[in-house]
Amino acid sequence: MTTVALKPATMAQALTRALRDAMAADPTVHVMGEDVGTLGGVFRVTDGLAKEFGEDRCTDTPLAEAGILGTAVGMAMYGLRPVVEMQFDAFAYPAFEQLISHVSRMRNRTRGAMPLPITIRVPYGGGIGGVEHHSDSSEAYYMATPGLHVVTPATVADAYGLLRASIASDDPVVFLEPKRLYWSKDTWNPEEPTPVDPIGRAVVRRPGRSATLITYGPSLPVCLEAAEAARAEGWDLEVVDLRSLVPFDDETVCASVRRTGRALVVHESGGYGGPGGEIAARVTERCFHHLEAPVLRVAGFDIPYPPPMLERHHLPGVDRILDAVGRLQWEADN
Amino acid sequence: MTVMEQRGAYRPTPPPAWQPRTDPAPLLPDASPYRVLGTEAAAQADPALLRRLYAELVRGRRYNAQATALTKQGRLAVYPSTTGQEACEVAAALVLQEQDWLFPSYRDTLAAVARGLDPVQALTLLRGDWHTGYDPREHRIAPLSTPLATQLPHAVGLAHAARLKGDDVVALAMVGDGGTSEGDFHEALNFAAVWQAPVVFLVQNNGFAISVPLAKQTAAPSLAHKAVGYGMPGRLVDGNDAVAVHEVLGDAVRHAREGGGPTLVEAITYRIEAHTNADDATRYRGDTEVEAWRAHDPIALLEHELTERGLIDEDGIKAARDAAETMAAELRAHMNQDPVLDPMDLFADVYAEPTPQLREQREQLAAELAAEREGTH
Repeated sequence: MTTVALKPATMAQALTRALRDAMAADPTVHVMGEDVGTLGGVFRVTDGLAKEFGEDRCTDTPLAEAGILGTAVGMAMYGLRPVVEMQFDAFAYPAFEQLISHVSRMRNRTRGAMPLPITIRVPYGGGIGGVEHHSDSSEAYYMATPGLHVVTPATVADAYGLLRASIASDDPVVFLEPKRLYWSKDTWNPEEPTPVDPIGRAVVRRPGRSATLITYGPSLPVCLEAAEAARAEGWDLEVVDLRSLVPFDDETVCASVRRTGRALVVHESGGYGGPGGEIAARVTERCFHHLEAPVLRVAGFDIPYPPPMLERHHLPGVDRILDAVGRLQWEADN
Repeated sequence: MTVMEQRGAYRPTPPPAWQPRTDPAPLLPDASPYRVLGTEAAAQADPALLRRLYAELVRGRRYNAQATALTKQGRLAVYPSTTGQEACEVAAALVLQEQDWLFPSYRDTLAAVARGLDPVQALTLLRGDWHTGYDPREHRIAPLSTPLATQLPHAVGLAHAARLKGDDVVALAMVGDGGTSEGDFHEALNFAAVWQAPVVFLVQNNGFAISVPLAKQTAAPSLAHKAVGYGMPGRLVDGNDAVAVHEVLGDAVRHAREGGGPTLVEAITYRIEAHTNADDATRYRGDTEVEAWRAHDPIALLEHELTERGLIDEDGIKAARDAAETMAAELRAHMNQDPVLDPMDLFADVYAEPTPQLREQREQLAAELAAEREGTH
């Protein structure tokens, strides 16, 4: 058995590598968006692609999100696999009509004759000190649209594997990139990236016995930190990383909750009408008799994303998670 | 040292010289819509083309009448008629080569039929049995788009992709006057011009977006003028003159095919019927206006030319009408049969592989249907 040298790599580097490998493997893969060419993207995720593959395959488009996604639809209709970048979460909103009225339903409306293999990369979430319209968590909108896959990596290895899987998918995928994890490092072998599970599988990142934290994307490191801190309180927390919001992995989530008997959903986006409500309902419907306490949620407040100098009060942090974990002591209080 | 600190030494100079990127003059549309019929140029028009256009116009008029009748019988949920606009519909279909693509709006069923699509397949959206009743790739006709102007960027992307592959493909995208106010219209034209994509945009200006007249839709001198701002030529044509529309669109398609980039064509026409059968057009326009446009009828215009030049006689006119009647009878016969629908199709083709959630819901519906069949529901 040969040992491979694992080097530290950032999530952004893994994403770049995924794009590059996908473009090299398949000449129909085209990267497009504002600033993706010469500049290499404002987060440098598309760095070097225009130079390596030419401007026809990594294209700086006019500044128009509906136009970027709308033309990508036509390109996909002709047999290409466009990977579009939306630059920032809230910049994707002008493209919503294309996404919802066409991208998500083209396969269905044509009875399978015209699938659209488009990957829509959306850097999302807060914690980077961005000003207004640069920190939204818009996953609930995407989740509510049938026909879209919605995935979000939380680790360097997943960033590579899930992006490759998304580009290879014959269906449109909204690929949510937790932008505050772009610079998170992990040991990872870029020369021989480990394959990941197909889209739709959650993973237990930390086994535990006393409660399950269900989370994804930018909140995963926070949950892992909270789980470490909770040991002092005698809690042995299991942490499940969803990785895919659509399809949803009921199996992994419910298996965990049935083991622990308690569940807490953690995400940045607002709680009301947010992903946590859906997840809590699914867990309750399936695991009611195993639950020792109501499924709780720790989410962002139900407010427009706050200005950067106040965002730390909005984002779910370790203390707020630990406080909620304490409230999972339901039977003791009642 | 900052600019402020060196103020004493700083001498203001004029900004670097500015040059427009494109001379706007050749892009501007003519002052009045281009016409062939009724002018001396008509004598030069190819007799075979005139006859073909005529047969298609007569068939198209009959198709519009038949589809409208089907809404009254409850066989179609809705039908947006193109009566009076047949010249645009037919010319749009006939200028394209087989490998080219048509991107119709919800009103352009007739263009799809004139391109060769089966009339029944073309109507599934409007009957309500499925959204798109045909394989777009097989016919190179995109799905009829209900949201306005959103199909225009698709046409640009497809034409761009074809050109990248080195294929000889032109996309012709159709939109109404109301659709030109949508953001997607702007983005599509801008992308097309920047990419020099082989696309032709055909605006059928039929005077109204449901009830809103053009004067409340735009302040532009004409919709064709909008092209200039994007750096593409704008052309104005009489939309009821089938020969003129065919010629202008033909030029635009050729220009695109030869690498000249996109063109915006505005065809001035009129919607003789209401927006759809659900609309009451008497609330927003008077009979005088409608009658004036009836007198400028696309079929009568062409029939007059054919008769004057001795290219058609009573028998020829009757033959065209008989062929249209046969098409209408076949359409009627097919549409009077109830479509056979499978409720399980609800879950087909949402994704390549159904999600676990959809599989569960599929089982639920299957159980409900089984219970219905057993009469326990």
